[in-house]
Parts: sequence; C-alpha cells; structure tokens
Amino acid sequence: MSDTGANPPKEFFVIEDPHHGDDHGEHHHETGTMLGFWIYLMSDCLIFGILFATYAVLGQNYAAGPAPADLFEIEKILLATFALLFSSITYGFAVLRMDMDDLRGTVLWLIVTGLFGAGFLYLEFQEFSHLWHIGATPMASAFLSSFFFLVGTHGLHVLGGSIWLIVLLMQLGQRGLTHENKRRVMCLSLFWHFLDLIWIGVFSLVYLTGVLL
Amino acid sequence: MSDHAKGGHGTFKSYVVGFLLSVVLTLIPFWIVLGDVMDNTAWAVAIIFAMGATQMMVHIHYFLHVSLKVEAGWQVMSMGLTILLLVIVMAGSIWVMFNLDENMMPAHEQIERVRNLP
Amino acid sequence: MSLSNEAADGIARATGVDPIFGKLSWGVFPFYEPIILYTFIVVAIGGGAVVGALTYFRLWGYLWKEWFTSIDHKKIGIMYMVLGLVMLLRGFADALMMRGHQAIAASGGEGFLNAHHYDQIFTAHGVIMIFFVAMPFVTGFMNYVMPLQIGARDVAFPFLNNLSFWLTVSGAVLIMMSLFIGEFSTAGWLAYAPFSGLDYSPSVGMDYYLWSLNIAGIGTTLSGINLVVTIVKMRAPGMTLMKMPVFTWTALCTNILIVATFPVLTATLALLTADRYLGTHFFTNDLGGNPMMYVNLIWIWGHPEVYILILPIFGIFSEIVPTFTGKRLFGYTSMVYATCVIMILSYLVWLHHFFTMGAGANVNAFFGITTMVISIPTGAKIFNWLFTMYKGRIRFETPMLWVMGFMLTFVLGGMTGVLLAVPPADYVLHNSLFLIAHFHNVIIGGVVFGIFAGIIYWWPKAFGFKLEPFWGKVSFWCWLIGFYLAFMPLYVLGLMGVTRRLSQFEDTFYSIYFVIALFGALFIAAGIGAFLVQIYVSIRRRDELRDTTGDPWGGRTLEWSTSSPPPYYNFAFTPRVHELDAFTQMKREGFVRPTEGFVPIHMPRYTATGVVMAGLLTVMGFALVWHIWWLAAVSFAATLVYGIGHTFNYDRDYYVPADEVKDIEDQRTQALAGAAE
Repeated sequence: MSDTGANPPKEFFVIEDPHHGDDHGEHHHETGTMLGFWIYLMSDCLIFGILFATYAVLGQNYAAGPAPADLFEIEKILLATFALLFSSITYGFAVLRMDMDDLRGTVLWLIVTGLFGAGFLYLEFQEFSHLWHIGATPMASAFLSSFFFLVGTHGLHVLGGSIWLIVLLMQLGQRGLTHENKRRVMCLSLFWHFLDLIWIGVFSLVYLTGVLL
Repeated sequence: MSDHAKGGHGTFKSYVVGFLLSVVLTLIPFWIVLGDVMDNTAWAVAIIFAMGATQMMVHIHYFLHVSLKVEAGWQVMSMGLTILLLVIVMAGSIWVMFNLDENMMPAHEQIERVRNLP
Repeated sequence: MSLSNEAADGIARATGVDPIFGKLSWGVFPFYEPIILYTFIVVAIGGGAVVGALTYFRLWGYLWKEWFTSIDHKKIGIMYMVLGLVMLLRGFADALMMRGHQAIAASGGEGFLNAHHYDQIFTAHGVIMIFFVAMPFVTGFMNYVMPLQIGARDVAFPFLNNLSFWLTVSGAVLIMMSLFIGEFSTAGWLAYAPFSGLDYSPSVGMDYYLWSLNIAGIGTTLSGINLVVTIVKMRAPGMTLMKMPVFTWTALCTNILIVATFPVLTATLALLTADRYLGTHFFTNDLGGNPMMYVNLIWIWGHPEVYILILPIFGIFSEIVPTFTGKRLFGYTSMVYATCVIMILSYLVWLHHFFTMGAGANVNAFFGITTMVISIPTGAKIFNWLFTMYKGRIRFETPMLWVMGFMLTFVLGGMTGVLLAVPPADYVLHNSLFLIAHFHNVIIGGVVFGIFAGIIYWWPKAFGFKLEPFWGKVSFWCWLIGFYLAFMPLYVLGLMGVTRRLSQFEDTFYSIYFVIALFGALFIAAGIGAFLVQIYVSIRRRDELRDTTGDPWGGRTLEWSTSSPPPYYNFAFTPRVHELDAFTQMKREGFVRPTEGFVPIHMPRYTATGVVMAGLLTVMGFALVWHIWWLAAVSFAATLVYGIGHTFNYDRDYYVPADEVKDIEDQRTQALAGAAE
C-alpha cells in the first residue's frame, strides 16, 4: 500500500444495515455455525484417529484369548454396513425435501433414517452381547479392549446422533422449517455422514482385515 | 440463503450416484473376504484398504459435499490439515511402537537360540 | 427389585463401596497431615471471609447477573485471568514447599513432607501450573484481546464461550477439592502408565486427575473451535489474513493446535479411565496391554501443548515490541510463516520426550532432527523482535522490561532445549534436574514473563487505568533475579546427575545448590507479592492513573481505537481496515470518531446454562471419583436434559437500541473532550 497523498479520505468504519426481522439477521452466525460444526467433526476425527492407532498397535495382543477370526460374523457386519449406508442416502433425501421446504417429506425421511440407525444399533448391541456372553469381554485382552472401544465409541456416536435426531424431530414439529432448524438439519447431516465415513474405516481395518490376518 | 445452503446440498442424482458407488465399493471387499477369493492375503488387505479409501472419498464428495467453494476453502483446508495430522498420529504411533517392540523385545529366533544353548 | 438390591449390596460389601456414599467416609479427610490441616484452616477462614464479604455487600446477585452468566467475551476473558491468578497462588505454594523440603532434605534433615505427600505436591504443582494457570491466562488473553483486534463485537459462539470457561473452572474445582477430600495423584503431571493404573495407584487421587482434566479438556476444545471460527468468520471488513495483527495470527494457530490436540488428550485419558474403571487392558502390564503406548499417545498431545502456551505469548511480545519502539514490526510475513511452521512442526517432535524408552536409532534420529529444526522459526522470531527494536525509540515501560527479560532468558532455555534434543545427550540428561531447569527456563522465561507483560499492557484497556509502574518494576526484578537463582543451580545439579522428583538425599554435597534455589523461589514469591501490591496500589490510585483516551501506550491495533474499558458492544460502528496496524493508519490519516448516526446493534443475551451445566458436570466428576454411581448417573442425565432443553430456547439475542448506543458514545465524547482540556 503506497501513500500517494492523492488518495481520497478513507472510510474507517462501516454503517451496518440494522437487520430487523428474522430471515437475514442470523445469516452471519449461520455460516459460522456450519464451519464450527465442521471443525468439531475434524476434532472428533482425531479422537477416532487415536482409537484406530491404538487398535493398530494393540489389536494383535490376543493374550491367549480369541482372535478376530474366532469372533466376527462378517455377514452381520455387511448387514450393519448396509443399514448405515441406507440411512446415509435417506438423510440425503430428507435434505433434498428440506430444500423444497417440504416439512412432511423431511420429517418422513428423517424418521426412516432414524429407523435404519436404530437397526444398526440393534445389530451392534446383538454382536456385543453375544461376545460378552461367550466371555470375549473388553477385560479379556488388549485386542478386545481396543476393539470394544473403537467400535463402541462409533456406536455411542450413532446413539448420540439418534437422540439428536429425535430432538430435532420435536423441534421440527414445534416450529417447522425455520432458519435455525434448517441449520440444525444440516449439522446433523454432516454428523451422520461423518459417522458413516468412520464406519468404512472400522469395517475395513477391524472386521475385514482382522478376519483375513 | 448463503452459497453454502444452495451450493452444498447435492441433488437427487448425485446422492444416488454416490450411493451406488458406495454399494459397489462395499460389496467388493466383503466379497473378497466372504468368498475367500484371494490366496495372497497381503494383496487382499491392500485391495480392502484401497476400496475403503476410495469409498471415503466418495462419501466426502457425494454426501459431505466437501468442496473448495464452501466456506472460502476453509473446509477443505481444515480437512487437509486433519488428514495430515491423522497420518502423522497413526503412522507415527505404529512406527514408534513397532520399532520399540523390535528393538526391545528379543525376536523369536533369538529366544530359540538362548533356549538351545548347550 | 429386592433381588437386585441385594445384589447391589453384595457388590458394595465385596468392593467396600457404599451404594449411597460410594467410597466416601469420614476417614477421607486427610487432616492427620498437619500441613493440610493448617491449609484447611487458612482456606476456611479466608474463604469464609470472602463469602461473608460478598454476602454482606450483597454482591452475589451482581456477580451472578453481570459476570457468571455473562457471555461477553471481555468479562469471560477477565474471569479466565482471575482463575489463572488464583490457581497461580496455589501452584506456587506447592513450588515453595518443594523447594523448602528439598533444601532441608539435601542438608541432612528429613524435610517436612513425607514421601507420599511430596509426590502429591509435585504432581499437583505440574498439573495446576499447566492446566489451570498457563492455560487460563493464555485463553483469557485470546478471549479478551482477539475479538477487539479483529473489530468484532463478540466471539462466534458466545454461549459456548461461557460454557468453556465454566468447564475449566469445574476442572479446577475438582483439583482443589482433592486437597481436602481424599488426596491427589502421585503419578506426576502426565500420569505415566502403568503407575497411574489401578494396580499401583488405587487411591482416588488419580481419579481426581482424570475427571478434572477430562472436563477441563472438553472446555478447552470447545473454546478452541469457537475462537478459530471467530477469527475466520468475524474479521472486520478489509482485514485480510495478512492484515491481521500478529497476536490474532498466533491466536489462530494456537486454537487450531488446541482443536487438533486436545481430542488426543481426551481420547488418551478416556482409555486410561477405562483401564481404571472398567478393567480394560490398554496400558496395563498384563493381558497384552502396553504402557509405552500411553507415553506415546500422551506426548502426541503434550508436545503441541507447550506450543499452545508459547505461541500466543509470542503474539503478545509482537504487539508490545512495536508499540514501545514506535516502529512497525520487523518481518511481519516471516513472523506469520514462522508461527504456522511451528504449528505443524510441533506435531512432529513428540518422541523427544522419551528418547530413552528404547526406540531404535532411526526413530530417535528423526525426532531429534525435527526438534532441532523447530528452533529455526523460533530463532527467526527472536531476530524479528531484535530488528524491530534496532534504531527504534524504545520506551522502557514495564511491559518492555518483561520483553527484555524474556528475550535473554528464553534464548538460554531454547539453547538447553537444543542440547536435550540430541539423543545421546538426552540419555545422560533425561529426567534429571537439567530437564526441570530447561522447561522452567522456557515456561517461566517465556510464558510467565509474557503473561505479566500482557497483563500490564492490556490492563488499562480492560479497566480504564494503568498499573502503577514502581511495584511493577519491583515485581519484574524479583522474578528475574529469582528465576536465575532458582534454576541455574538446577542445571548444575542436573549435570551432576541429580534426578527429578527426589524427596530424600543421602549426600549433603548438593545442599548449597538447593539452598540457593530456595532463595530463588523466595525471590519469586516476593515478585508475586509485589505484583499483588501493584494491583492493590493501582486500584487505590486509579484516579491519577486513569486513561480516558483509550490509547494509553500509542497502540497500533484496533483494540486501542475504542474506549477503555470498551463498551459491551466493543465498537459502535464496525471498523473498516485498509492495512496492517489499522489503528496507526487511522491516527495518521486523521480519523474522526463518529458521534452520530448510530444504528441498533445485534447482541447475544446472557444465559445461566453454562454455569448450571458445568456445575452438574462437577458433581458428576466428584461422584465418579468416589464411585457414587447413582449421583453420577443423575447428574449426567441432568446435564444432558438441561443441554437439550437449551436448544429449545430460540430467543437468544436482541438489539441494543440506537439511543442507548448514543448515550454511551456521548459519554465517551465528553470524556475525550475533558481529557483534551
């Protein structure tokens, strides 16, 4: 920047448009929320990174206990994978309905998403209780500790997402597709797809590779 | 509405394309394991990871709608940094810990040698 | 029902845990330790006096309404600073006890602390100083100053900011509780496994550590996200990234580091917590656990953490040096790049904390070299400050004294750090007092000196009057002399092979060094005392020290363009920025403060949700420490319900009417006119 001296006097402040009314006042904060939520997801990603690293380091310490090939039923994992995958696309449909300002359609697709999520949770619960039943508890070996923690943390996230989904449905029922609620639908959308992404890592590293090795 | 709201939600077509790609990329690794189609485990694992990584990209593009246009590039930048740190943390931990093991734990042959001492 | 109750009773009897009170009983109060008993009496009397005074002067309502529930970033920033100061006194009391004890123990006596108590004290000292002194101070600065520097009215998520603060307080409260209820961890500030596992540390001390840091850590992560978004999204128009003040740049890099590393801490501590509470085998000696993995993970967080502390301090110095030399900062661009390089490199050096753990030569060499490389951008910064001062008109006001002290001391500490980065040298010096001297050299000489410099520099902005310089200078000289007296002997002792954390000594040969170090600690105590006197004297004489201009030092950045203290909306009009050092340009080009045409300002509403949620989580932490499962479950559920309930509140902001803005700005116009006369 050069001081030529011939410059016209500079403006040193902005007179904002006083935003009255609901529609545009939140504009500024809205985009901030999406970025903030994205950064939160990135930090969550690092939590999973640590759990993956722990599994990679400790995952073969069976301590004379069972190994992945003895425990995992890949067919059921395939089923769970598809439950999550379907829930991802149904969430996508909910967002598309939301863009058309179709409250009913949004809510319906969100409910379908929640059902797929519940199906995934049921399958995981079944797997865990089976493992527990045959004595393959997290206390049995470092492999099982890191397995239960990695998969369980993902499961807890799905559970958290499902609770959020229920709260969101209540809020949609209360106020409809307002600006804030749309933003919330988009945040949960990021969260939900993100969990599906983590699950790809889980089934690739833990289940498929585990059974092969 | 902001650019994000309009530009970042995808279309019916893009969701379906993403979904179909994901289905294929899920089925191949499961088929490799369930069908027991490969003799070479190392290659099988490599393919599983490659498919997994590809599917992650598919999700990032078609479902998460990550793009340079969103948030003036901050989204991609934060994701890039996160991936870099994930690589450092995971590869670093594995390198450090397995190197420790190798260095500190006597290898199997070594134990055998000690055991067979006259 | 009765069956399950019986089962619960059975479990309780078998494990010695009462179903209602958990592990709590009258025996948990450690008043058989005379030191703790006296401390308790002092704290009870002092605390009682404070509570009594607040009640007598009817200040509780004021505090609650104007401070605790406030989501004004300035008030939250000040509260962080108060938290840091209070915890500094506690952490320093621990330091004095250690120095006193070691001086006696090295001179043939036994010392006044038994080994168990001594272990708790060095652990508490480290934990408190890093997590509850340095972190709150640094976060406080970023909270207070950064939004003002970028011309914003608040942070991106004001409510989250309040919650983050109270979560930090929650962690601090749990640590303070451990002093009188039960005991604290004896496992050192990073709680290395397997010693921190249930087998070797069965007491509640480790559990206090875990829950305190878990809760505070979540608060820190949220605050990091918040401040990153603030800097990215809420800069004044015209302020491109390369026109941001250096302090804001360092705040950005620091908060990125926070977001990128605190999840690692959370995950690692969660795994250790699982080992202790669920009986898993991540870091145990048996069933495939690997304690060395804990050391690896905790340092992946731990090393970036020290850069989280020092980067904003570099930012503070980069603001002070140009202001008091009357020149623009030398090498702004290189300063920015150096900060970013340090941010990335800090993630690549963690293994230098455990060269001796047994990794091979390749690994040690790699991390040794990265460690040495990181000193290059740091050195570049030192040169930038030097060249800024070169041929400048330096005004030796108190903040500048701290800068000079910092530059000398920090360079020394940095050089001993490079020594330690050489793996073969580290094999000799690892865990010796040389290491202790090194990191105190960089943390006191860097972070602490910077904190004092920053407090004195921005105090007039926050309160409207300068701090009195005489006592400030006394404080500085006491700290500087005290630091060298306290830590130079430790370097010598370390080279002679004395290891850290020793409570007993066979040989009186070391006596003289420890006695000198004790004198150093007493000097530092005098420095802290002088600082408190400085604040007291300044408040008493605030009318003579008053600053009505809002720009007492001839500042260069936007925070000096508004009044001191700034109105709650910070700026009546959002500033427009054209170049770096925006306020310097405004002054140079004859900016006239607008006195009319005000418009309503959009501001967030205060809320009590943050205090309540953090309070509930404190109860949960306490209940989990003492295995009071029902209370933990209830308070966790309550937190969840309360938090969800908060999302149903859509009425979170309001508009400040233009008339009110006009009133406040008119008052400033009068004050400025009064000052001009």
